[in-house]
Amino acid sequence: MNAHPYAFLALFLGVALAFPLVMLAVAQAWFRFFQPGKPSRVKNDVYECGLESTGDSWIQFKAHYYLYAILFLIFDVEVLFLLPFAVTFTALPAGALLAMLAFILLLAEGLVWAWHRGHLEWK
Amino acid sequence: MSDAAPAISQEERDELRRHGILLTSLEELYNWGRSHSVWPLNFGLACCAIEMIAASMARYDIARFGSEVFRPSPRQADLLIVSGTVTKKMAPQVVRLWNQMPEPKYCIAMGACAISGGPFKQGYNVLKGIDRFIPVDIYIPGCPPRPEALLHGLVQLQAKISGQAITGPDAPRHLRSDIECDCPVPEFGAHDLEPTSNKGVWTVPVVIK
Repeated sequence: MNAHPYAFLALFLGVALAFPLVMLAVAQAWFRFFQPGKPSRVKNDVYECGLESTGDSWIQFKAHYYLYAILFLIFDVEVLFLLPFAVTFTALPAGALLAMLAFILLLAEGLVWAWHRGHLEWK
Repeated sequence: MSDAAPAISQEERDELRRHGILLTSLEELYNWGRSHSVWPLNFGLACCAIEMIAASMARYDIARFGSEVFRPSPRQADLLIVSGTVTKKMAPQVVRLWNQMPEPKYCIAMGACAISGGPFKQGYNVLKGIDRFIPVDIYIPGCPPRPEALLHGLVQLQAKISGQAITGPDAPRHLRSDIECDCPVPEFGAHDLEPTSNKGVWTVPVVIK
């Protein structure tokens, strides 16, 4: 038999799909034929460490945290690229030096923007 | 099938097993599976919880008995280990967690406090045993019980699960539709919890003077 060298991947995919489906089907069959469902108000309540839940579980988070992500990225990316830059600093041609300078200025511009918008103020 | 005589006796089954032939029933398979994967709720109350944590660590290694998966949510847990003093402030939370666990669920009262209030029994704010509110399957005495005692309790619970019948009048709570599983959550009253106990699982002892 001369099967395709990646034929076993198709077999893996089939097993990976069939295994959980069979498990879920068995659980569902067990629930249907043997175990009666017993829902109650407390049981279906929103879980809050045993305390009585207040409000809905679908709440909204403030989206303004993206600013912290941007600020973090400025310093993180800068460090990430500055370290190899500093290591080979003396052996670099002038073109690389200018490219790195432009990159740092771009990041600095982001910092200046955040500063100007007042995002560095501690409120 | 419970009233009919079994087609093959336990001795014959053991004899077959010695020869490498595994013959089992759905009931045995079901109980074998669930008794060896009892997932406890990640829930500690007092000093007994330290022993419970020790039991889950490498030296005592509760994973040998299939119970290392301490679940942070009652939705995924099978076993409530009441590990420590239950104050009356905490009792409603314990009962609510118990109610939020799906069936089949089991409860271990670990230590003197969870059984009876222990050394704090005379305290005005201590619940005198969690079995006043929820059905307890295994009681583990000790103050606190050593991790080995908890493991022994777990093995006893596994033996209890293995002996449960799927059908018939002896079937456990979760397989019967005529038994309600909900335990009423007590509320803070003026002087005590209201109600002071769950009449369905606990009978108030008569004091004879």
